[in-house]
Amino acid sequence: MDAIILQILNGLDKGSAYALIALGLTLIFGTLGVVNFAHGALFMIGAFCAVTLSRLLSLSHEVAVEGEVDFLGNPMMKDVPYIYDIFGEATGAAIIDWSVPLSILFAIPVMVAIGFIMERGLIQHFYKRPHADQILVTFGLAIVLQEIIKYFYGANPIPTPAPAAFTGSFDFGAVLGFDPNTIIYPYWRLVYFAFAAIIIGAVFAFLQFTTFGMVVRAGMADRETVGLLGINIDKRFTIMFGIAAAVAGLAGVMYTPINSPNYHMGMDFLVLSFVVVVVGGMGSLPGAVLAGFLLGVLESFASMGAVLEVLPGINQIIIYLVAIVILLTRPRGLMGRKGVMEE
Amino acid sequence: MSNSNFTRRGLIKTGAVAGAAGLSLPTYLRADGHSGFTNAPTGDTVTLGFNVPQSGPYADEGADELRAYELAVEHLNGGGDGGLMNTFSSKALQGNGILGKKVEYVTGDTQTKSDAARASARSMIEKDGAIMITGGSSSGVAVAVQALCQEAGVIFMAGLTHSNDTTGKDKKANGFRHFFNSYMSGAALAPILASNYGKDRKAYHLTADYNWGYTTEEAVRTSTEAMGWETVAAVKTPLTQTDFSSYIAPVLQSGADVLVLNHYGGNMVNSLTNAVQFGLRDKQVNGKNFEIVVPLYSRLMAKGAGANVKGIFGSTNWHWSLQDDGSKAFVKSFGTKYGFPPSQAAHTCYVQALLYADAVERAGSFNPCAVGEALKDFEFDGMGNGPTLYRGEDHQCFKDVLVVKGKENPTSEFDLLEIVEITPVSQVTYDAGIFGGELGVCNPGA
Repeated sequence: MDAIILQILNGLDKGSAYALIALGLTLIFGTLGVVNFAHGALFMIGAFCAVTLSRLLSLSHEVAVEGEVDFLGNPMMKDVPYIYDIFGEATGAAIIDWSVPLSILFAIPVMVAIGFIMERGLIQHFYKRPHADQILVTFGLAIVLQEIIKYFYGANPIPTPAPAAFTGSFDFGAVLGFDPNTIIYPYWRLVYFAFAAIIIGAVFAFLQFTTFGMVVRAGMADRETVGLLGINIDKRFTIMFGIAAAVAGLAGVMYTPINSPNYHMGMDFLVLSFVVVVVGGMGSLPGAVLAGFLLGVLESFASMGAVLEVLPGINQIIIYLVAIVILLTRPRGLMGRKGVMEE
Repeated sequence: MSNSNFTRRGLIKTGAVAGAAGLSLPTYLRADGHSGFTNAPTGDTVTLGFNVPQSGPYADEGADELRAYELAVEHLNGGGDGGLMNTFSSKALQGNGILGKKVEYVTGDTQTKSDAARASARSMIEKDGAIMITGGSSSGVAVAVQALCQEAGVIFMAGLTHSNDTTGKDKKANGFRHFFNSYMSGAALAPILASNYGKDRKAYHLTADYNWGYTTEEAVRTSTEAMGWETVAAVKTPLTQTDFSSYIAPVLQSGADVLVLNHYGGNMVNSLTNAVQFGLRDKQVNGKNFEIVVPLYSRLMAKGAGANVKGIFGSTNWHWSLQDDGSKAFVKSFGTKYGFPPSQAAHTCYVQALLYADAVERAGSFNPCAVGEALKDFEFDGMGNGPTLYRGEDHQCFKDVLVVKGKENPTSEFDLLEIVEITPVSQVTYDAGIFGGELGVCNPGA
């Protein structure tokens, strides 16, 4: 039982990342009809927003350390962040320590701007082109973006730790009456799950309870009619592209303490996120979220030692197996709408 | 025992075989008639092929390898401060190129993919006339390129490759490895682990699901079980895995009190980060502190894992903080040129380039079979690893192995590992036959 609870918890944080990326993908597909293979790259750029802010906050000047020498025998120089000079060492260190949560504020305008530039600069020219063209151009764009990041940040992962207050793990086992240490879960992953729930809730509330959201939903259902009513739906859809980019970016920002970001991390999530979108139902926002968590949990279960003993290698194919079964039994996915991608 | 044909009788036999094969071999596998071997240099230059990962996940490691090769070429041609040529026990190299020919080089991108690595090596041999191929940061790539070089009749001086197979079951007569291997890591680590963590331990292995992972797991298991440890589970993890939480979460439930991460590169960074996030190192199991072990360390990877490496044991082929004359000379040369200390990948690649050049000088020929003969059973010193033997039976270098630990209080971004022990070569030496495989005969390509 404790092993099952543990894998459900594991699946929830992995599912959170899938759900956030798939949510953005579905927003873009549902509004603009674009299959955006560069969406994983937006997740990766969000993560590098956290790396960038962390580096900006850590910008330093060198101070000689008396009595010590470096690897070449020259006087040892120590980096002292400028932020220490401005706020004092204790406050400066605390600001650097909290650089990942602070990156949310930094990432939102950056990601909205990148999304806006992507949509206006490139993707809008492919609205009326076949999906194959859209996939090719956005996939190419993803490769360009990741190579740019690799050029500036290198190929190796860059450690971007969570604030010290969130290091360590919570012992669910002790709380739930199991043996201590049997169900432990890192604090930051709980934060990530809560953060994902808030973002998903905010996006749904925005679409459900605001006039802007109502118009967007109407446009998703019937773009032409909304246009005939004199509403500039294209402008709203462009804004939605920016919002989708911001959602992917924020998912990336908060993911950095879980796995050190590298230039390839977007690609690692992209394919699985597309499977999530298809399983959830193309164009269905609740479907994307539901499928994200479902596949995240299933993937965790498939990685259990007991499961692997019976079905070796199942952890590598479980998501695709489930996708096949769901698409065979429910061709539109779990919550797909009739007519989407069917013409 | 020697498997080379660089004897009178061997040359006749090789010539006959190669002559017959020449009727059907592609152009690049045949040398000019007058030279007798592939890509024999005819002008006043000689071309070396540096096949390193310039893109893909090990691109940073490949960049450091390339820096080392460029430094080696500079030193071979008489530039710079001479680096390790000043401390190398062999004095055949004079700083006037190789056999008086100026050293030039071409580079290829392995992308850490076997097919891409073979294609780039093939291109350097066929189009650029490279007489020797060297480099790489992966055992899969090393084994693939080594086989190609064997077919093509050029020497392969392996870069960073740690699998037993490179000089074990997949060894080739034209291939040579300076880097240590999984067996040596296990043999060096086990006594240190036993003395620090005790002999009554239960280990849980997470192993990268490919060739290097298997040989490393086997080596560490064999060595630690011989010390009294019990292996409670060994789980293979996909090479493409980025989040290891579902593999790490069950570790404590298994009753294990040690986690061995047979991972390298991004796998190591992520699995170690995840394990620390789950608080494994803060736990007490079986009345003991829970411990993590990383059999193969790399400073570049340690940088990626950040503070998570502190206090964790592993092994490495070389480290810039060594204080022997060779290491100090190399760190000075490299550090002065590039502004930071070299990685172990850079060191092994630089040394391999010099060892090849030295072997050519001593053999008096670029003929790969002559060079191979010069490398076989060659004993040398002054290259940063102490007295070293290039064993003739499997073309594996035998030297001391470093057991290292993540430094608790690093003084700089490079100061991540501290040397715990230099394990003597006698403790990591093994019988050449235990991993199977055959060197075969040297192929000069003509």
